[in-house]
Amino acid sequence: MIELSGVTKRYPGGHEALSDVSLTIDQGELVFLTGHSGAGKSTLLKLIAAIERPTAGSIVVNSQNVGRMKRPALPFFRRNIGLIFQDHKLLYDRNVFDNVLLPLHIQGLTGNDAAKRVRAALDKVGLLKKEKARPITLSGGEQQRLCIARAIVSRPALVLADEPTANLDDAYAKDIMDMFRAFNEVGVTLLISTHDQDLIQRYGGRNVHLAYGKLVA
Amino acid sequence: MKAWLAHHLHSLKIASQRFIDAPVASLFTILVIGVAVAMPTGLYLLLANLDRAAGGIKPQAEITVFLKIGLDEAKGRALVHTLGNQPDIASVRFVSKSEGVAKLQAAGLSDIAAGLPDNPLPHSLVVTPRDTAPHSLETLGARLGKLDEAERVLMDTDWIKRLAALMGLGHDLVFMLSIMLGLALAAITANTIRLQIYAQRDEIEVARLIGATDRFIRRPFLYFGGIQGLAGGLTGGALVSLGAYLLEGSVQQVALAYGALFVLSGLSALDLLLLLCLSAMLGWLGAYFAVGQALRQVENT
Repeated sequence: MIELSGVTKRYPGGHEALSDVSLTIDQGELVFLTGHSGAGKSTLLKLIAAIERPTAGSIVVNSQNVGRMKRPALPFFRRNIGLIFQDHKLLYDRNVFDNVLLPLHIQGLTGNDAAKRVRAALDKVGLLKKEKARPITLSGGEQQRLCIARAIVSRPALVLADEPTANLDDAYAKDIMDMFRAFNEVGVTLLISTHDQDLIQRYGGRNVHLAYGKLVA
Repeated sequence: MKAWLAHHLHSLKIASQRFIDAPVASLFTILVIGVAVAMPTGLYLLLANLDRAAGGIKPQAEITVFLKIGLDEAKGRALVHTLGNQPDIASVRFVSKSEGVAKLQAAGLSDIAAGLPDNPLPHSLVVTPRDTAPHSLETLGARLGKLDEAERVLMDTDWIKRLAALMGLGHDLVFMLSIMLGLALAAITANTIRLQIYAQRDEIEVARLIGATDRFIRRPFLYFGGIQGLAGGLTGGALVSLGAYLLEGSVQQVALAYGALFVLSGLSALDLLLLLCLSAMLGWLGAYFAVGQALRQVENT
């Protein structure tokens, strides 16, 4: 599903966020990406989602070479990936329902079919009763769940989550991890970055550890 | 197809919503565009009316051919026929010696006519050309001058030349002004769109991250630019029509003072349609460039 070989990312100014990382993730895997902050976790996720491009090495996702992908192809590639952000990146000028509708809308899906899928996604994250609410009125945990609903509404085969539980207390974090586990059980490949070691020990799964831009285990 | 249509409708809805969300700012922008559109349009209308007014005088562009003294009247009248059949001549009128004197007398110059021992006037032909463009008058005049029977050709083409030159200058002015203010319209639109993009940058960023194409992001802005241009064009058209309406009275007075009857004509439906299409297109273009530039900027950061 994901294959990185010899990936290096150097930012202008000389800082090397990732050096010579090689990693293979199979379809259906649940992988935790750990490491201290600044270890390159976010960079790795951005490279896989083609938000940034590698300085060297190759990244192949769904047998597509992401690093060499042409600009017009990027949107269509990203539609197969569910992205979950630490800062949610919700749109505060529209309600919960419309936030989740956006990916479907972008893919040209409208009307009843789209509404059904939005409600199904909201149901999965337990926000069905708040579809008319504005995101700003939601708690931190609810906002994160909304972000998850938006990521899964188009039923991607791969979900990338960047510190999804970073700002949440334990109960909320557990909720969200349970959700991820449930997605994984229906075959979704998940790559989750976190610095919360307890969480990983509790849930198991494969652990990929980054330190100073290098793969440790 | 259905999704495509739904999407366009949605973009249109978003674009209209943005107008409604900022009514005062939108109104001012539309007014500025309207004024920018009204200037060349007004000048165009002025020229069209002048052209029409001048057109009323044009048939009077006549060439007088004085025939040789001593040429008898029958030969002169025969010339009327031959010339009258030529393609570039609308009509020929024969003015005999005696008619000429009668005219002099009618003009209040009877004293001069009476003081002369004999009628000194030759027979003459008054030729009305079909085409009043200065160069064709010139050629026709030269040809008439070469006739065996012609003594002298009198042509009053200077004022026609001046008028034609002035109208040409006017048309050039309209053209230049249109281009300049068209650019201004596109620039104004681009600027408002830039402000909007700035306000919507979160949405643009998120949309890109979850797989929106440039086209998807661009579309509502294009609609906005188009609608703004259209509204501006409509305002410009209204301003010009209002101006024409207000000037109508004084124009009629001027015309009356010149002993003419002249009705100021406003913008025709076709003019208005063209104006609206053009301003909508320019607004759309301005939006296209502004969004294109913004999208490239996002890409680079």
